[in-house]
Formats: sequence, C-alpha cells, structure tokens
Amino acid sequence: MTLALDKVPDGANPPAATPAASPPIITVEGVSKTYDGGVTALSGIDLAFPAGKLAALLGPSGCGKTTLLKIVAGLLAPSAGRVTVKGRPVTGPGPERAFVFQDFALLPWATVLRNAAFGLELAGMARRQREEKARHYVAEVGLAGFEDKYPHELSGGMRQRVGLARALAVDADVLLMDEPFSAVDEQNRRKFQEDLIRLRELENKTFLFVTHSIEEAVYLADRIVLLSPHPGRVSQVIDPDIPRSDDVEAIRRDPVYLDIVDAIWRGLRRYAE
Amino acid sequence: MTVWGVRVPRMASLAIWLVVWEIVGQLDLLMLFPPFSAVVMAMGDVVTSASFAEAARITLGAYAAGLGLAIVAGVGLGLLMGLVPAADRLLNMWVNIFLSAPLSALVPVIMILFGLGTPTVIVTVFMFAVWIIALDTRAGVLHAPPSLMEMARAFGASRLQRLRIIALAALPEILAGVRLGVIRGVKGVVIGQLLVSIIGVGALFQLYSQNFLMAHFWALIVLIFAFALTLADLVGRLETRLEYYAGARHG
Repeated sequence: MTLALDKVPDGANPPAATPAASPPIITVEGVSKTYDGGVTALSGIDLAFPAGKLAALLGPSGCGKTTLLKIVAGLLAPSAGRVTVKGRPVTGPGPERAFVFQDFALLPWATVLRNAAFGLELAGMARRQREEKARHYVAEVGLAGFEDKYPHELSGGMRQRVGLARALAVDADVLLMDEPFSAVDEQNRRKFQEDLIRLRELENKTFLFVTHSIEEAVYLADRIVLLSPHPGRVSQVIDPDIPRSDDVEAIRRDPVYLDIVDAIWRGLRRYAE
Repeated sequence: MTVWGVRVPRMASLAIWLVVWEIVGQLDLLMLFPPFSAVVMAMGDVVTSASFAEAARITLGAYAAGLGLAIVAGVGLGLLMGLVPAADRLLNMWVNIFLSAPLSALVPVIMILFGLGTPTVIVTVFMFAVWIIALDTRAGVLHAPPSLMEMARAFGASRLQRLRIIALAALPEILAGVRLGVIRGVKGVVIGQLLVSIIGVGALFQLYSQNFLMAHFWALIVLIFAFALTLADLVGRLETRLEYYAGARHG
C-alpha cells in the first residue's frame, strides 16, 4: 500500500514520477485561469500524468476541475502557464486527444453508428472504413445491436457509451472525460464504471476524468488529484494502490479503497455546506 | 375534445360554425353575407374560371418567390444574429420592430419603389415572412446545446462543418419560423395584391366586390384560407417528424 499523500507546495515542480516509471504524457505547468469577469478559476496548477494510467480530477464544485480539463483539451486557453501533451504544447484541440462530454453531446439527428463514427467523419475518413471502425467500438462499449437507433431512443447510460465509443474510435492517446457518469442513473453508473476498468485494460490509452464523487475517483483512478476551491488549487495528489485486474466487485470491499475514501472525505468535508 | 363523454373530432366545431353561417345567410339579413351553400356553389364557378387560373398562377408565383427569398434571407440573418453577438446587437431591435410593425402601411412605399406589379407583391410577401423566420432561427441557434459546438471543435470540425451542425441543431426552431412565415406570407400576398389591385387574386377580389358577386368573393376567401392552412399543416407535419430533436434536447 503506497498512500502517497504528498502535499504539493505552490509553484513546486510536478509531483515525483509514479513508482511505475512511465514518462508523463500530459504536463501542466503553472496554469492559471481568470475569467473575463475577474473570477479566478485556477491558480498555479502544476501536474503531470503518466501514460497509460487513469487519473481523476476530484474536488467540490467551484474548484475549476472542468476548467482544467477543458484547458488540457484545448477548448479553453489558460491565462498563464502551459500544457503539453506528448511533449507538444497545447494550442487548441488535437487528434491525440478525445473528449467525452457530461451531457453526451450526441447529434440527435444521427444514428448510434454515425455518432460513434462522427470524429472519423470530421477527419475525412471514407464511409465504409469509418463505419467498420465505429461498429467495432460500438460493440466494445456494449451497444452491439443498437447501431441504427437514435440517441433519443437510448437511456442516459447508453448515450454516454456512444460518447465513449466516439472518443475511442478516433484513436487518440488521451481520453478526457468531463463528469462522464453524472447524468447516468446509479445502477447503470456502477455497471459503466466496471466496464471502464475492463476497457482501459483493453485499450492502451491515458484517461483523465473529472468527477465530484469520491467513491468513483478511488474506484477507478490510479492517480487522484484533489483540487480545493476559490481559487482552484491542487491540494493533494493521491496514488491509490488497489488491485483492479482480477475482480472488479472486490474493489469496493478492499480496505485500501475504504481507507482512501475516508481520508479524502475528511479532507473535503469542510467544503460541504 | 369530448362532449358528454363522446369523442368529437376537432373539425366538428368548424361544422357548427358553417351551420350558423348557413342559417344567418338564409335569413337574408345582409347582402354581404350569402349562405354558405351559395358560397360552395360559387366556388365551382370561381375555380373553373379562366381569370382564376390566371390569378392563381400569378399569385402562386409571387408567393413562392417572396417566401423563398424570405426563407433564404431569414435563415441567413437568424444564423448571423445567433452566432455574432455584435450583429445581434445591431439588428435585433430592427428585426423586432419590423416583426410587430403594421407592414400594410409600408406597401404603398414598396409600390412606389417597385411599381404596380409582381415585384411589389414579391417584396410584400418577403417583408411579411422574413422577420419571424430570422427571429426563430436566431432562437434556435441560441438554444443549441453549447456542448455540441465544443464537441465539434474537440473533434476538429472546420468552420463550415460547425455551421452545418449549428443549422441542423436549430432546425426545429427554423421550421417553426418557416411555418409562421408561410401563414404571414399568405397575408402578404393578399394584402399586396389588394393594394396593387390590378393583378392576381387582388384583381379578382376587386372584380367580385365591384359586381356584388359576394358568394364568389367569399369562395375566394375560403380558398385562400384553405391554402394557407394546408401549407402550414404540411410544415407542421415536417416539424413533428423531427420531434426526436426535442427528446434529445431535454432528455
């Protein structure tokens, strides 16, 4: 059990590399974001995320976690500092990053298959080729047989699976997920989380996701970045060491899981109303 | 609608009013108000007359041209207002003024500019229909989920591709605007032709009223109403076929 509750001082370098010596694929250096109205959403964020891992940005509302994710995605420009992905500075969206949206952002007029293939369609891939690829990922996220349905015929969980298939299909190295499960009901959320653990073993990708659920973060993530609000700062970086490969059911009963959930809650409870 | 527990089709109320019309007409109270049966008889007369065919041709031509221009310009204007805040600040007030202004008062001015002919009628139809289409398109663009635009950007959509997505996302509102524009356009074509009064149905109205052919006059009105409502209904059907947009938007 390595409970690395290392506090990161302001302006310090990114936290030391994880025990697994994979080099960081995403680095965030001195990133601040002040909105036009003068609200400071983020202040002096330094982070590094190793390749092939799943990291969670966790914090109470107002901590700027979605803002940080959108800066990494290139959808927002930071007021100061810089982000690099695969060693190249981020100036806008790029093909090495794919985004999964909180409200799914599916085209209501397009079928599941076309939605899943939409990233490839925008990239200019030929129809037959992109549909073949999309069909593969639609099946991989567990929606085989639903290819010709429209989003309004699907439940929230299924819609988000389409969003995930679309992000997987473009072959990005990094998947950025903005509260992917928050609009999904509880049972489906659990099932979806278990499926995500399976998927990330199948796909050799780096995941960075935003959540406000402590359990979700500890259940899924290899690295948890705890943000504190007003302005958003990194308050802790935790690398939970929970075995996930054999039995996804056992994770929630693992003593390490329970201890970390408890430790994070003790840190966060002062932000609760 | 149910009356005393019996389901009554919605057209029933129309039938009741037609009966009232017939009774009032048969009482011979007003020369202006022939019984409905006389109007129906006159309708055959009107429809088969050569002057009606000619009037219908001219009217439909002017209507289609004016409405077509209004849809193109209205959707374009609405997209511009929805996408460019500066354009919206500049135009919004004017579009709203034109939407609620009594446009019939403008027709004489249009007549001076475009002459006593079809161009004036086309411009009148355009002026009646374009503003509501522009405002509804603008509302559709502003209603489109912002995440859809972020999605398009995140997956590398070009400007043109993003515009296409916006337009498709706004389609339900655009169609609602077109449906209202269709009805207002009919108003425009009738008012335009009445004021110009030497072409199309305007000339026919003039002809019938000057010769006290009131049954014919009413028959023509009923025909025009039926035309406007049928067109609006067709657009309405198209709208309901796109209902799935709403489900996706609120679901």
